[in-house]
Parts: sequence; C-alpha cells; structure tokens
Amino acid sequence: MSFEKFLFYLFAALMVGAAVMVITRRNPVHSVLFLVLAFFNAAGLWMLAEAEFLAIALVLVYVGAVMVLFLFVVMMLDINLAELRAGFVRNAPVALIVAVVMMAELAVVLGPSRFGLDSYAAPSHRPADYNNTAELGMALFTQHLYAFEIAAVILLVGIVAAISLTLRRRPDTKYLDPGRQVTVKAEDRLRVIRMESEERD
Amino acid sequence: MDSVIELWNALPLVVQILLKIVVIMVPLMLMVAYYTYFERKIIGHMQVRMGPNRVGFFGFRMLGLGQPIADAVKLMFKEIVIPSGANKLLFVIAPMLSIGPALAAWAVFPFNAELALTNINAGLLYILALTSLGVYGVIIAGWASNSKYALLGAMRSAAQIVAYEIAMGFALVGVLVAAGSLNLQEIVLAQQGSPLHWFWLPLLPLFVIYFISGVAETNRAPFDVAEGESEIVAGFHVEYSGMTFAVFFLAEYANMILISALSALMFLGGWLSPFQGAGIESWFSWVPGFFWLLLKTFVFMFLFLWFRATFPRYRYDQIMRLGWKVFIPITIVWIVVVGLMKVNHVPWWFN
Repeated sequence: MSFEKFLFYLFAALMVGAAVMVITRRNPVHSVLFLVLAFFNAAGLWMLAEAEFLAIALVLVYVGAVMVLFLFVVMMLDINLAELRAGFVRNAPVALIVAVVMMAELAVVLGPSRFGLDSYAAPSHRPADYNNTAELGMALFTQHLYAFEIAAVILLVGIVAAISLTLRRRPDTKYLDPGRQVTVKAEDRLRVIRMESEERD
Repeated sequence: MDSVIELWNALPLVVQILLKIVVIMVPLMLMVAYYTYFERKIIGHMQVRMGPNRVGFFGFRMLGLGQPIADAVKLMFKEIVIPSGANKLLFVIAPMLSIGPALAAWAVFPFNAELALTNINAGLLYILALTSLGVYGVIIAGWASNSKYALLGAMRSAAQIVAYEIAMGFALVGVLVAAGSLNLQEIVLAQQGSPLHWFWLPLLPLFVIYFISGVAETNRAPFDVAEGESEIVAGFHVEYSGMTFAVFFLAEYANMILISALSALMFLGGWLSPFQGAGIESWFSWVPGFFWLLLKTFVFMFLFLWFRATFPRYRYDQIMRLGWKVFIPITIVWIVVVGLMKVNHVPWWFN
C-alpha cells in the first residue's frame, strides 16, 4: 500500500469515526469538537485529491469561523439531553427507512455504472507547479461568472435579511457615542470655583 | 564541508525534516523566553523602574538575563492543579491546541530567498487557516475549566477573534491582489525595488489594520479583555497552573512573534534590504537577508510592548465597534482601491 493510499484510509476512517461520535456523544460540546475533527479529516481528503484551495478554505471557513460560533452557542445553551432523546425509540424506524432510501438513491446515481472508471478515467497527477487556487479562480470568473455572481447576490440578500430581522430600535439603552465621548473636555464636566471659607451654621 | 553534506544526504527524509523543524523551533523558543525578559525590562524602563535585574549566571547578575530560565524552571516544577468538575481531557488538551497552530504556521515561512521548510503555492491561505485555529485553545480552556471567570474570558475571546479575523483576512486579500500570488516567497519578491516599493505604502490602511487586528488576535493589551485581570481575574487561564499555564504563555508570545514576522514579510519587504535602490546597496550586500527580516520583526515586536505600556484597556463594546464598523468597511473599500490600482497599472508599484 502506498503512503498516499494509507493516508486516504487513515483520513477516511478518522472522519467516519468522528462523524459517528458527533451523533452518539451525550455532551453537545464534545459533539461539536468531533465535528471539527471530521471537517479536518475531510480537508485532508481534499488535499489528497489535489484540491488544496477547497481543503484550506474548509478549515478556514468552517473550522475557523462557523464552528467557533457553533461552540459559542452550544456552551451558552443549557440543553436538556433527556428531553432531546425522548422520542428516539419511536422515531428510529422512520429514520432508518429514510436513511436506507437515501443511501440507495446515492448508490444508484453515483454508482459505478455512471461514475465508474470506464466512464471517467482516473485523473492524472498534476505537476508540482500546478496552482489549484489560480485554476479555480479562472474557472469561477470566466466560465461560471453568472452563477458566481448570482450566488454572491443571494448571500448578500441573506445578510441584509438577517440584519433587518434582528435590528430593533431600543430607545431605553444608554448608548454612548464614542465620537462624542472622546471630544469631551474637562471644562464641559467640571467647574472649578474659588470661594471664601464659610462659617458652619 | 563536502563530508557534512554527504552525511546530511545520507539521512532518511523524515530525520532531515525533523532536524529542520528543530533548527526553526529552538531559536523560536529562545526568542519567546527572552521576549518575556525584554517585555519586563522595556515596560519597566517606560515606567521608570529597573525591571528584573537579580537572576544571572554563575553568581554574576548580568542585568537579570537569567530570569527567563529561572521562570521556566520554576513553572516546570510546579504542580498542575486540575479543578474538580473540570473536563480533564479537554483541560489538558486546550494548551496544546493553543500552541500547535502558533508553531505549525512557521512551516511555510520564508527566512530568505531560498530558506524555508516548505515553499508551497497556497502559503498565505495556510497561514490564515492556521492562525484561525488558535482560538480553540482559548475557548476549550474556558469551557473545560468549569469556572465562571474562565468561561466569561473564553466567550469574550471568541467574539473578539471572530470579529478581527475578518478584518485580518481582508487585509491579506489586499496583499494577495497586490502581489498576484499566494506564495509567500513571491509576495516578498513582488516588493522588490526600494523601501518605497514595499507594500506598506500602497496598502497603508490595510497594513495598519492588519497589525492592530494582529494585536487583537493575540489578546494583547489594549485588547486583552479575554484576560482582563481587573475584571475577570485572569480570564480563560485562571484555573491553569504550572506547565499547562506556561504552554498558554508560550503560545501567546509565539503568536506575537509570528504576527510581527508576517507583518514584516507582507508589508515591509521581508528579507529585502532596506538600502535597495538607494545606490549604496552594494555596501551592504554582505549582510544576509535573514538579518533584515529579523530587524523588521523586532520593530513590530517592540510595538507590541510599547502598546501595552501606553494604552489603557479597550471597553468591550468599543472593541466590537472598532472591529465591525471601522476596520471591515475600510478594508473592503481599500481592496477595491487596490484592484483599481492594479488594473490601471498605477506606476511604481503595479507597472
């Protein structure tokens, strides 16, 4: 077994193991951390497929930002796991059927009859100076420009919608404008007066 | 000399790589140790004190140069206290998660025109991805300690790092647009010419934002609300002692050195000589490029200490405002400006 193959099986095994742990752990923080591990191994697999931009972007975006927010929320929530697991036995058969149907569909679509080696030859190894990031950029900004821009606009609409949904006027908050704060001078707040001492009465 | 090279080539590849890692790590760790010494010394002098001046070697005081060694030995022999109710495994893993990325980022760092552990195409992306992982150490430490103050520190740190990372990433997008490459070696070479060709001038707002975000990312004063001694005792590492605490400490200083070195690399021409294009470059041709890189890095490392001695701690809402409402809009505008400069081949930098 070549070293590359060994790495593939290592990453794949770790990823599947971590994914199983995500849904079986009792503690939600542990689940999130196992999800991070799963993402990491997925990045490793993509790196083996010579898609270094996707691999690093996965770590950067999902592990570095999305999962941090996830962890942030999960740590703050007081999740009652007994309640979450209450209907497990009753719902398990339905879930099992759905899972089997999905697996079967995936097998039919992605099976060897359509994506086998005779329909798609295994891609050859790229030379060392092959720049995956630059190639991806070229494809995105020429061939797929419209799709790329439409996706960007949809994301922008999503951001604007999220902000407009959560933005609310709160006249009762005592917000301080930092711009005005730093321009305050001592004379505005404090008056030093000179006066004679007075008798106590 | 030839026999040494022969011996080197005879070693297996794994051993060669491990030796190279050692050659990078040992000076780095020494720099971290003596960075703490200089921090105390420099801030001491800024506050009209002496700083540490007792511990030396062999009975000589030597300006207190033995202090970092004494501190390290003390921390190594202290007991590691694990709080009851803490999540033991995560409690111990957290410091490692904190120092791992800080050290791994050096793998792609070019020390001069030829010298780097690896020279990969996506070097800048790799560094960006690894620096974004350091926050896990802080968050997990805060959660696993099972302590109010630690959790508060971790929460503050997570919110702050997510905010400043975006600004930092956008600043680096400006660099890669200007250089036209993600390869750190080529980013340095794109700045060739003279100190006026370095990227600090066309990318001035991004340069300032990158360094300030770097200070915020490393949780250093004036952005050290994650530790906030006066508010939440010591924040995320309040429960840590002995070597586990020391590892957090090492990670923080290693990160500071990394941010300094990256600023020097991307905005001040890395290992390029500052006398290039001044007509006297040949006088300094005997100086190795590594020396210039070190000099530029020291400037930023000094800035970290200077900030700490100068500025009071930011209020939390002001940190968020600065990150989201000031830095991110400026970086977005400046990326467009850099793009226009590049497209129109603005003379001097982009022609």
